[in-house]
Amino acid sequence: MSTAYLDFEKPIADLEAKIADLKTLPGEGEAGAVNVKDEIVRLEAKAAAQLNDMYKRLTPWQKTQVARHPDRPHFIDYVNDLIEEFTPLAGDRGFGDDHAIVGGLGRFKGESVVVMGHEKGYDTETRLKHNFGMARPEGYRKAVRLMDMADRFGLPIITLVDTAGAYPGLGAEERGQAEAIARSTEKCLTISVPMISVVIGEGGSGGAISIASANAIGMLEHSTYAVISPEGCASILWRDSARAADAAAAMKVTAQDLKSLKIIDQIIAEPIGGAHRDPMRTISDTGRFIERALAAQHNKSPQELKAERRQKFLEMGRNLQIA
Amino acid sequence: MADDKKSSSWLTSIRPRFNKVFGQQRETPDNLWHKCKKCSQMNFHRDLTAALYVCPNCNYHMRLGAKERLDSVFDRSDYRVIDLPDVTADPLRFRDEKKYTDRLRDARSKTQMKDAIIVGLGKVDDVDAVAVAQDFSFMGGSMGMATGEAIITAANLAVTKKAPLIIFAASGGARMQEGILSLMQLPRTTVAVNLVKEAGLPYIVVQTDPTTGGVSASYAMLGDIHISEPNATIGFAGKRVIEQTIREKLPDGFQTAEYLLEHGMVDMVVHRSQMKSTLSRVLRHLLKRGPAPEGAENDPLPLASPKPTNKPVDSASTGAEAEPPSPLLSTP
Ligand SMILES: [Zn+2]
Repeated sequence: MSTAYLDFEKPIADLEAKIADLKTLPGEGEAGAVNVKDEIVRLEAKAAAQLNDMYKRLTPWQKTQVARHPDRPHFIDYVNDLIEEFTPLAGDRGFGDDHAIVGGLGRFKGESVVVMGHEKGYDTETRLKHNFGMARPEGYRKAVRLMDMADRFGLPIITLVDTAGAYPGLGAEERGQAEAIARSTEKCLTISVPMISVVIGEGGSGGAISIASANAIGMLEHSTYAVISPEGCASILWRDSARAADAAAAMKVTAQDLKSLKIIDQIIAEPIGGAHRDPMRTISDTGRFIERALAAQHNKSPQELKAERRQKFLEMGRNLQIA
Repeated sequence: MADDKKSSSWLTSIRPRFNKVFGQQRETPDNLWHKCKKCSQMNFHRDLTAALYVCPNCNYHMRLGAKERLDSVFDRSDYRVIDLPDVTADPLRFRDEKKYTDRLRDARSKTQMKDAIIVGLGKVDDVDAVAVAQDFSFMGGSMGMATGEAIITAANLAVTKKAPLIIFAASGGARMQEGILSLMQLPRTTVAVNLVKEAGLPYIVVQTDPTTGGVSASYAMLGDIHISEPNATIGFAGKRVIEQTIREKLPDGFQTAEYLLEHGMVDMVVHRSQMKSTLSRVLRHLLKRGPAPEGAENDPLPLASPKPTNKPVDSASTGAEAEPPSPLLSTP
């Protein structure tokens, strides 16, 4: 179980610390041991109920923090569990290999696919290597390369989105960040193979849409997807990045918001307390979503796949029912 | 289109129209002075409008409104303004320090526009074309659903009319007040311009100041040909965000049109006075049409990469020859 608690999880952290303490207590005689055991059971039930309650009513800003949780399963975890014979492929053939977007060939439920996604890293060393999941132009150009290859060989594409956004750096701009993102989005919308995307953590703006303009789009229950980070939005519109919670609420960044706006197709439920409390279950449920979404595309012609994907995006925002 | 065959320089022919437009819309009397932001020269307003808002003294390209832009590119400023679909107003009920609906209302009354974009159908040196112009003065030209639908409408029209599509981009990026719906305009506009490209029609982007954020990361970087205006800011991330991220100051000229030219992202940087003739020329080549008719401007093709003309040349220390001022940046 995770030990990294978010600020708003303080009551849970206190309870779980107490439970952990009790578990280390040497029982004083048989009766004492039973009492401690009962107390542990009682506290565990209390913590579970509180967690359940809390996670049912997460605010958009709290969800943003859950989506960014350091222990949340990452691209690599999904690949390890869902993809057999994963064969990573490197490089944009122009400048370098960007580790913020990882991708390659693999086998999903027996079928060969191209799989790619943002990888944030899990400790200081890997976070630096993967640039915290913030890609430079080479990342998007590698994505274009892989999508082209999938298209040539008729392989379905699975993408997992987890990025704060494209990297805002001097070199990235110098090498055409905007163009790279645009080309990657364009490639998503030009290919004739099935493409399924899941937002597993943060869906950060252009950096996300560039690999998520797909036939079917799922979002984990506590993931977010937005045009700009809440902090960025707050600093521009409120002139105060501390108003991020207000910005997150105003921008409607949650999976539930996006489902009601018909931007995504499905919400994938997370374990109580978030994906990081039960990564295996989260990953296998995500796998089930991908499997079903791919199956739904199975009998479509290449022309249909492309036309439907385009139509899906053209329809977005039309005929909105505003509550 | 009008059948007026009068042959005069396009600049001369649009001048009365310009003054009329500015006289009505911006309520600026002809005799007002306007101080250039860059060189501080006081210019007569009517001289500025005649020069398409390029400072006659220093060639600084001021921002041009969407209507003035289309006036400047279509023959005799004669074109059909295309009706654009209505979009759901304020889908998120967005409110920051101000309500989005109030911001929209203010922008509308300030600009007399429905949103930050207009679409026109007309002729460019006799070539039928659909041209789209964004207007920075309307909420920073930001891209929301209205912009998306405008570009989709323009693309469909171009395909129907078998006409090329020209987009004059002028936008700070996506409109945050429409949240995720504004982000979805990236794929939507990308689909739109691909319809034009797949129909075998030219798609030309003119990046004007500014072309940044989600706009630069979608249709504004997907043209067959990219033309930008001198000194326009073009890029993805904001300068402040980059400086905060890398914790260093950005070099002079970073994210300017000239910088993008140097880095291979645009084909040319063209002075506004030569924009129409340049567009006409590339369209005619791509469409395999003959040269422009009598009376159209026939400027030489841009050959050299434009450099600031007032750069001090230290030939003694480098031994290099002084670079001649680029024809693109000199006063026509
Ligand atoms: Zn000046």
